[in-house]
Amino acid sequence: MSRRATSVDVDAWRGRAAEEDAERTAAEGSDVRSVLRLRGRSRTLLRSLLRPHRRLMLWAVALLLTQNAAAMAAPYLVKVGIDTGVPALRADDTTVLVWVALAFAVSAGAEYVAKRGFVLASGRIGQAVLLDLRRRVYRHFQRLSPAFHERYTSGKTISRMTSDMDSISELADGGIEDLLLAGLSVVSIAGMLLWLDLELALVTLVSFPFLLWISAWFRRNSAVAYRRTRETIALVIVHFVESLGGIGAVQAFRRQERNQAIFDAVNDDFRLANRRAFRLISTFAPVVKLIGNVTVAVVLTYGGWLVLRGETELGVLAAFLLYLRRFFEPMQELSMFYNSLQSATAALEKLAGVLDERPDVAEPAAPVPLRRPARGDVALRGVSFHYRPDTPILPPLDLEIPGGQTVAVVGATGAGKSTVAKLVTRFYDPVDGSVLLDGVDLRDLAEDDLRRAVVMVTQENFLFSGTVAENIEFGRPGASRDAVEAAARAIGADAFIRAFPEEYDTEVRKRGGRLSAGQRQLVAFARAFLADPAVLILDEATSSLDLPSERAVQRALRTILAERTAIVIAHRLSTVEIADRVLVLDSGRVVEDGPPSALVDRGGPYAQLHEQWRDSLL
Amino acid sequence: MPSLSPQPEPDPDPEKRRSTRRRHPLANLWRIRAYLRPYAWHMTVMTLATMLAMAASIAIPLVIQAVVDGPVKDGDAAGLPLLGLAALGLGVAEAVLHFLRRWIQAEAALGMEASIRSSLYAHLQRLSVAFHSRWQSGQLLSRATSDLATIRRFLSFGAPFLLVSALTYVVVIVLLIRLHWPLGLLVAASGLPLFLSAKRFGANYLAVSRQQQDQQGDVATQVEETAHGMRTIKAFGRSREVYRRFDIRAVRLHDTAVRKAGLVARFWALLDLVPAVTLGVVLVAGAVAVNAGQMTLGGLVAFASLHLMLAWPIEAMGWILAIAQEAMTAADRLHEVFDTEPTVVDSPAAVALAPAAVKGRLRFENIGFTYPGADLPVLRSVDLEIAPGETMALVGVTGSGKSTLAALVPRLQDPTRGRITLDGHDLRDLTLDSLRRNVAMAFEEPTLFSMSVRENLTLGRPDASDADVAEALRVARAEFVRDLPWGLDTRIGEQGMSLSGGQRQRLALARAVVVKPKVLVLDDPLSSLDVHTEAQVEEALRRVLAGATALVVAHRPSTVALADRVALLEDGRITAVGRHSDLLASVPTYRAVLSAEAEEVSAR
Repeated sequence: MSRRATSVDVDAWRGRAAEEDAERTAAEGSDVRSVLRLRGRSRTLLRSLLRPHRRLMLWAVALLLTQNAAAMAAPYLVKVGIDTGVPALRADDTTVLVWVALAFAVSAGAEYVAKRGFVLASGRIGQAVLLDLRRRVYRHFQRLSPAFHERYTSGKTISRMTSDMDSISELADGGIEDLLLAGLSVVSIAGMLLWLDLELALVTLVSFPFLLWISAWFRRNSAVAYRRTRETIALVIVHFVESLGGIGAVQAFRRQERNQAIFDAVNDDFRLANRRAFRLISTFAPVVKLIGNVTVAVVLTYGGWLVLRGETELGVLAAFLLYLRRFFEPMQELSMFYNSLQSATAALEKLAGVLDERPDVAEPAAPVPLRRPARGDVALRGVSFHYRPDTPILPPLDLEIPGGQTVAVVGATGAGKSTVAKLVTRFYDPVDGSVLLDGVDLRDLAEDDLRRAVVMVTQENFLFSGTVAENIEFGRPGASRDAVEAAARAIGADAFIRAFPEEYDTEVRKRGGRLSAGQRQLVAFARAFLADPAVLILDEATSSLDLPSERAVQRALRTILAERTAIVIAHRLSTVEIADRVLVLDSGRVVEDGPPSALVDRGGPYAQLHEQWRDSLL
Repeated sequence: MPSLSPQPEPDPDPEKRRSTRRRHPLANLWRIRAYLRPYAWHMTVMTLATMLAMAASIAIPLVIQAVVDGPVKDGDAAGLPLLGLAALGLGVAEAVLHFLRRWIQAEAALGMEASIRSSLYAHLQRLSVAFHSRWQSGQLLSRATSDLATIRRFLSFGAPFLLVSALTYVVVIVLLIRLHWPLGLLVAASGLPLFLSAKRFGANYLAVSRQQQDQQGDVATQVEETAHGMRTIKAFGRSREVYRRFDIRAVRLHDTAVRKAGLVARFWALLDLVPAVTLGVVLVAGAVAVNAGQMTLGGLVAFASLHLMLAWPIEAMGWILAIAQEAMTAADRLHEVFDTEPTVVDSPAAVALAPAAVKGRLRFENIGFTYPGADLPVLRSVDLEIAPGETMALVGVTGSGKSTLAALVPRLQDPTRGRITLDGHDLRDLTLDSLRRNVAMAFEEPTLFSMSVRENLTLGRPDASDADVAEALRVARAEFVRDLPWGLDTRIGEQGMSLSGGQRQRLALARAVVVKPKVLVLDDPLSSLDVHTEAQVEEALRRVLAGATALVVAHRPSTVALADRVALLEDGRITAVGRHSDLLASVPTYRAVLSAEAEEVSAR
């Protein structure tokens, strides 16, 4: 929309967050120093991306030089033809012209072969670099901690992996050649001009400072402008993905109009950012053209005068003017691809910023091996945790869970139950103290060992697009179909899966939309069961189940949890009844600890909770 | 993963796909012109500037010819400055016209891009939930970003250059023929092989670029899924497997791009070869012609110089064609979305329902619902009547279709059979806006947006007063938001403070309550609450429910207790309706679904 959606106060609807800067990566400050640092990093990144292709690049440069030499030959051959060939022909000597014709044929052939080879080679390099970059960034996003992702948000992640990659891909698609070729021909034409006629060449060279000045101006301003386009498109993507992801709520609450206003506002910001960048290039390119045209006019007049005075040949002037055109034309082209270059540079900087982000839950350099199978002894030693220093979530907490024990953690909302789960699964590292598995600090365990041993089921139940079987198999890739079905049977999910026409091969659709929330939860359970971990953590994992399913799951859990350590977080105390031991948490402190039956008899906080729960059953 | 399920076709309806295919490849790109209409004036000025600039740039070699054939040949130093000034004037004019063209063009192209994106978003917001569950969001995203950028690129660089190149080509050829017609015709003839290979290139490139765009969408989809499923991936330590899925798609995209580079390489090289060969022929033949006195030496210089002017338009044609093809396929992809008609829309005779007049009698008459593509219906024949002010609980086993039935009330989907009436009006005869104004829904999975708490709460009623908001927060026991760092102004949702499942659910409930609707649909609204909070919420909710007709999907006796009556959904039908205690006593299936005692009754 060209008109700006004035009704939207862009800041009010977004609400306030801790720091806006949190949305950037740590490397990505807005001050001059961090911009410079970022540029340095994106250069380092580019170098490391290009390094594996050194040989192909040498080959490409050789082809480019050949192509350039062949292209350069044409005006020179025109000069020879006019200055030598025509007079020779008047003397009935055709040899010069024949040679010129031959040279033309050779140079044209060479240009064809070299050009084709070069475009292919540069395409290969560009795409290989792009693939490498996609892989690196994707892997890095996977390595970064949940805390980072919560801060950075999925929309930004998507934007980095799609729109930013597109910018680089656009350059790889055809820009590189023109950039290199233009640079090359500018240098070689300058040399040629100097060789042809020193005096005329010096006149031409007067235009150089102007060219350099306008280029520097453009580069300085466009770096800022393109960075802004990258940031504004990310906001567009975030709003797009988020609002369409929750389309049900959007429609049910007639949110469309306001969403549209917000979208139009961020969309318009992107348009304005783009317009600023476009205007820079729209100034740069005509100015280059102006410099070129003025130079041609001057050379024409001065050169004509020189020819008149017999100080230079007509052929030289003709060739000179032809070269001048070739000199400024690619600059035009260049200015267009300069566009892609700047856009790609800005994108690369953003990506370098991501790659530079150190995972705050890092894999150890020298991991301590975990015995297999793991016993499943879990211990928290003096563990404290907070997201922000002013609001402690866990005061120093000590907890020993021997292998094989099923522990239920109960308590009011905000008591720190989920935090315990996040620490044991190492979604977060404790601020102080340590979490141990079989006596080994989680920070010393290899990611693979940890994930094999500890698995968590939450109420989130994320399903990936694919079949039901594939989603269960996610727990243990490579598991046989029998194992998948056995897991589903064990958890009581087999019946509903069989009711689908394609049974286990039913597509679950986006986010598992084909299944109900309860069914998704059952699939998530089957997945966890198949994973067969030493420690299983259930965080509100049965909240969406109906009572029969919940009972079936509980029956299954009795067997499943028998030989493994389990931490069960539940509001429904029916789930708690299968536990060996109950911990009642209050503000991160254990206020009660013991077998459920004993706690009921004791008449403390748990007994109260238990009574409320019995009442709720009617 | 042993098998990778293939990405669904962009449009699952094969009929529609075929009809899109049958059209001319340019058809969908041509449809874009509607978005350029506001810029008609821009386009006119732009075209004029382009043509004038081209005229100036072509005139420059003619001045060169005049210099060579005039002052230089005649030794007339006095004529030189005048011609020099002419060249200077033309040069400056060309640059100024360029400047003008580019500035105007930036305005038009970016304005068009933004307004297409805005319409696309508006259209997507209108499309039903069913559409969104079918389409991968990465495919939608890549249409809104990459494809639109491609079209913009074509319009801002490709189209003007196409015009310039074509015009330059024609004018130069005409001038060449005027200078020396046999050689001019020769140059003209050299266009034929170019034209033929361009045609072949176009057809191949079209297919490859469509494939590449679809694969780009696949990669985006995979990225999007990873970004959203990050916790699950981490919890299971499955980074490697998920990475492999991504990698397969990324490699596929890479291979297509390399294949595209191969096509481009051959074509572009040819575009260099033909003019180079022609120039050689022109030079030799021209020399002969000069020798024979058919042409002046200045004429030959001008001829060669003019011919070199062709090299650039021809070379440019290479990438112009390339981005034109990409723009065509991008336009196809866009129109696949634009051509999908929203299924849930206002009927022509729809009437608005005044909130004051709504009593809230909700009737389900013989409702059937089958998900698109599914063989078996989820709902077979549901008959149910809810009296004004009554609260009806809906009970059934997991997957029995409770949520499906609930979503029919605000018309997120339309039933495939039967009708739902509100105070006797078929829902489809009411305007969507007035229906949804009177019906509020709390979803099983609460969706919070990255906005302030207040904005999230007043989603369905932006004009809600502070008192209304406070009341809703009290009912849903969501007063914890006041303890957030900036109270109701705190940003929550994905980009803000993260809330627990129970907290999110309470906010979603408050969001429905604040609307003060005549009809309230609550889909398992209390599942994530602890027993204590649940009891408090229920107590407050009872008062709200007293003033509204409500359908409450329930899994637990405690939630059922909110209701006046309970309906049991079983096998796609309502098999029992009554009071909780009565049903518990008389209906065994009901007892199995809802009784706290663990009875051995099959869940099916």
